[in-house]
Amino acid sequence: MLAAGAWYHSKMSPVVTDLHYLLPWQFYPTVFLACVIAVALYVRGLAALRRSGTPVGFGRAFTFFLGIALNYAVLQTYVDFLAQHMFWIHRLQHLILHHVGPVLIVLAAPETVLRAGTPAPILRGLRRVPSWIGRPVRLFFRILQHPLIAPTLFVGLIFFWLTPAIHFTAMLDERRYLLMNWSMLIDGILFWWLMLAPRQVQGSAAIGYGTRIIILVAVAVPQMILGAYIALRSTPLYSIYAVCGRAWDISPLTDQQLGGLLTWIPAAMMSVIGVLVVLHHMMHDPEATAPHRPLPPPAEPAGSA
Amino acid sequence: MSVNVNVNVKAASALIMTFLLAACSASGPPYALANVTGLVAPLEFHLTDQNGQPVTAADYRHDIVLLYFGYTHCPDQCPTTLAMLGNALQALGPQASQVRVLFVSVDPRRDTVAVLKRYVGNFGPQFVGLRGDQTELTTLSKRYRISYHYEAPDKYGDYEVDHSTAVFVFGRHGRARLLGQSDNTEKQYTSDLRRLLANS
Repeated sequence: MLAAGAWYHSKMSPVVTDLHYLLPWQFYPTVFLACVIAVALYVRGLAALRRSGTPVGFGRAFTFFLGIALNYAVLQTYVDFLAQHMFWIHRLQHLILHHVGPVLIVLAAPETVLRAGTPAPILRGLRRVPSWIGRPVRLFFRILQHPLIAPTLFVGLIFFWLTPAIHFTAMLDERRYLLMNWSMLIDGILFWWLMLAPRQVQGSAAIGYGTRIIILVAVAVPQMILGAYIALRSTPLYSIYAVCGRAWDISPLTDQQLGGLLTWIPAAMMSVIGVLVVLHHMMHDPEATAPHRPLPPPAEPAGSA
Repeated sequence: MSVNVNVNVKAASALIMTFLLAACSASGPPYALANVTGLVAPLEFHLTDQNGQPVTAADYRHDIVLLYFGYTHCPDQCPTTLAMLGNALQALGPQASQVRVLFVSVDPRRDTVAVLKRYVGNFGPQFVGLRGDQTELTTLSKRYRISYHYEAPDKYGDYEVDHSTAVFVFGRHGRARLLGQSDNTEKQYTSDLRRLLANS
């Protein structure tokens, strides 16, 4: 009996104590609410579209939920604690917030589902927004989504938050930490929507597929340089992790090298994936592949005369 | 590598700041320790001191407070830091009576009230040993964004605790002002504390 009790304790208590890893280290109401609202609207939209006879495929819905779940996991579980006290996990957190999470959400093309799931009074209210509010908001987003400004902002935010003195304050002050993570997530969604959403969906904001490929390659280069710089440096850049204590025993340089590699390689990989998605759009977009002018007649072989 | 947060963040406006500083002689040059005014949460805690008395931040509201997390079995970093702070306080002279060093144990299992009392007594009359249960420690570690963890015990059951190296400096009424790092010297503490005593 005692043995059974001991067995139960040794087998079961890790499971029970492990549950706390799923709970928020620090509860951020904005993150929690945003995730709950996104999931609620999406589920309502799925039901509405099914009723109207145009159900959404499993893959699309799964991709959306996976994107939301990953973002939630890096902000509202024990990962958040690790990200505050280990540089490389902080880089992993930002890889999710700025790259992987937004890419999954955008690839799921959730616009129609979210619109179908938004309660009618809210949709009506949105349509009735006076132009003195609507116009500046649209202008603001058009500026953010400008083909020169969007990539500059995307790369600029990474460099900004990784500037050692700024990184120091972001890890010390909860408000700055939250601002940092929100700015990465929002910018990630804006940037990857601009890069990956089909032209028909983007409407007037759309930029050409060729331009997108240039932008995707262009943003990879500074990320690779920054990642290599961090990974290959022989002295620690970010003293805050020593000051506040690391999550477990690891040498500061190992931590920095792993963080640099995570800034360097997966970021470049994400650009490659982005280019593949854009190529896929090009092949399936009749407008993009249609020749603009008739092809010239084949040249006469030089030696035929 | 010393990071002066306040100066580096505002590098772009350094020129303007120079003019402002020249115009306003009271503010003087930047502190040697990192200036964390407005970044770190105000002093707040509910712990037990080395005499077994429950204490809160309000008990120290008239003092300049240095908050440091460590443990009495610490082989190197804690005694070095506390001894250095002790010397810095001694150099302050009679003003040192307005400063308190709060040593919060991250190892309450071994650091009983009696152990803490013996330990902090080594460093000077301004040193206070504080302990709390794991719940109270977790609250504090979230508030000050610090971490600590226990390493595997050796065959004698002794274990080390990895912990933060930060010395949080609070002005009167618990307002966070400065952050000391392991490369800050005794002299820097003395001169910064002297300025804080004069200004706050």
